Amino acid sequence: MATEVSQAKPKPSELRSPPRSQKPTRRRLTHRSEMGALVGMVAVLAFFSISGGAKFLSVGGVASWVNVAAELGIIAVPVGLLMIAGELDLSVGSVLAASSMTLAIASGYYHAPMIIGILLALLVGALTGFLNGYITTRTNVSSFVVTLGTNFGLAGLTLGMSRALTGTTSVSLTPGHFFKSVFGTLLYNGQFEVSVFWCAGVAIAVSWMLQMTPWGNWIFAIGGDKESARAAGIPVAATKIWLYVLSGLGAALVGIIQTCLYNGGQTANGQSFVFDSIIAVVIGGVLLTGGYGSVVGMILGTLTFAIVNEGIYYTSWNSDWASLILGVLLLAAVILNNTFRQLALHAGNRGASRTGATKHLENRASTQTN
Amino acid sequence: MKTAPLLRLTNISKSFGGWSALEGVSLDVRAGEILCLLGDNGAGKSTLIKILAGVHRPTSGTLEMNGKPTSFSSPKDASTFGIATVHQFGGSFPLMTVARSFFVGMEPTIGWGPLRRFDKRTAAEIAIEAVQGLGITNITSGEQYVGSLSGGERQALVIARAVHFGAKLLVLDEPTAALGVKEATHVLRIMMQARSRGVAVVFVTHSVVHAMTVGDRFAVLIHGEKVADFRKGERDRAEITDLMAGGEAIAELELELEQYRSNV
Repeated sequence: MATEVSQAKPKPSELRSPPRSQKPTRRRLTHRSEMGALVGMVAVLAFFSISGGAKFLSVGGVASWVNVAAELGIIAVPVGLLMIAGELDLSVGSVLAASSMTLAIASGYYHAPMIIGILLALLVGALTGFLNGYITTRTNVSSFVVTLGTNFGLAGLTLGMSRALTGTTSVSLTPGHFFKSVFGTLLYNGQFEVSVFWCAGVAIAVSWMLQMTPWGNWIFAIGGDKESARAAGIPVAATKIWLYVLSGLGAALVGIIQTCLYNGGQTANGQSFVFDSIIAVVIGGVLLTGGYGSVVGMILGTLTFAIVNEGIYYTSWNSDWASLILGVLLLAAVILNNTFRQLALHAGNRGASRTGATKHLENRASTQTN
Repeated sequence: MKTAPLLRLTNISKSFGGWSALEGVSLDVRAGEILCLLGDNGAGKSTLIKILAGVHRPTSGTLEMNGKPTSFSSPKDASTFGIATVHQFGGSFPLMTVARSFFVGMEPTIGWGPLRRFDKRTAAEIAIEAVQGLGITNITSGEQYVGSLSGGERQALVIARAVHFGAKLLVLDEPTAALGVKEATHVLRIMMQARSRGVAVVFVTHSVVHAMTVGDRFAVLIHGEKVADFRKGERDRAEITDLMAGGEAIAELELELEQYRSNV
């Protein structure tokens, strides 16, 4: 491929491109997928800073939403990656519970070494992800239905197995110093969860992969147009299966973190992550139908979600109102993101003339909305 | 024209269940020539180009490339033989940048090991050069979203991509159908550019005008059979239109219309 690239490159003298009219700084700011999420996050941050007062901005206040965001982010970023590839994963809730119970039962109930329990928990996540990916790509059944099915199936399996093996739905575990400090400790005067570092690690690694590697390009292409991606030689099914495995591993990691943090697992944990992760990612500017989004946006969306969810406790209102705010915010974010996407789509073509027919094609391109 | 054609189809038939979509079609596609494939809806054009693209395998008949018998087991297989199919809307990604879209599946990289990464700058430079080399000067930035391009420019991008990655045979499925007059002219010009580089082009179209503008050779399909095969200048526009609509059918239609008129 490298040879093809170099031989196709004409001499500079042959180039007749006019001076590049790029305005990188301006484009970078206004035409990015995370722009809507940034506006949203600044808005809710300002709103709760005013209505929540000093307590919301204290170390404890900040830690409360950063911790929520960290756990959610570890799940939301791989879920968002899948969404860019055009697929959903609703099974993360049960994967979290199943991996948490796997670790608690293996290392807490049967006293296996912690590392064995952790590897088994990750295996549960990876296997569920593989199953989701395999079924979705093999049968062409919508991933919504497939992962909804695995979410229920795995929840039942977890509950049934826990009762059968231990007779209870809640198993305690003493993680030991090393694993406690790696997964479940609280830093900075017991305020911040160590999961903040895990989340940062996941975000940086996935962001690099998405923006900087050929693999990232494949993910955008698969989400943009699956058939064209396949025609371009991209292994669509294999890529999707790997993304599902990543998503399963993300949920399993949070399962491990929660088990170490709370010294045990419960079968009912984790279901809130199913929709919270989707809300965070969509607020973050990822297109639900695929092909568009960024990790920075996902993290901003996750923070926005966490700020609303926790910030409400620092105001004088009842926490019941948090869901209302989130619902409105989700709708507003989607509309805002669509607007910013239109801006990005039309950037760089302001001078070009357009005929009626090209308008038709443009509309076709830009009617992809959430 | 003494050399073996790039692609030769001999007595190609294709049936689906009991229904026969193509019957005994023979065609020669030569390097540096534009072959216009004409025919009404349901004439078998789609089936024929799907056979060229490796999507379908013919029920009977043979394919030869450069004189050697060949068969395509998959679209990927056909593309390794240098056959690139461009559909009316497909092949480009509206929400990707020009540079990313151009190199989908063929990303140039720099660095090594875990730092091996997509070389965006090189990708943008090559994509712009390739597109401008085919005469589309409106695309000036690799960072531009494909969705911001006009329909003709998007077609140009996809064709430029295929030519850049070494396509020997371009199969264009109604590339001008959804375009305005000006935009269609762009696409026709790109086809001629590709031809001048020695690429063979199969141009599927409904438009006799477009076909006559660029075509070197014409083949007309009716009900899965090739009813005419002629070179540029051998038939006039009325004859071709007549052939495309299936001769008799047009006469019948005219008769029917005449009756309506006399009834008024």
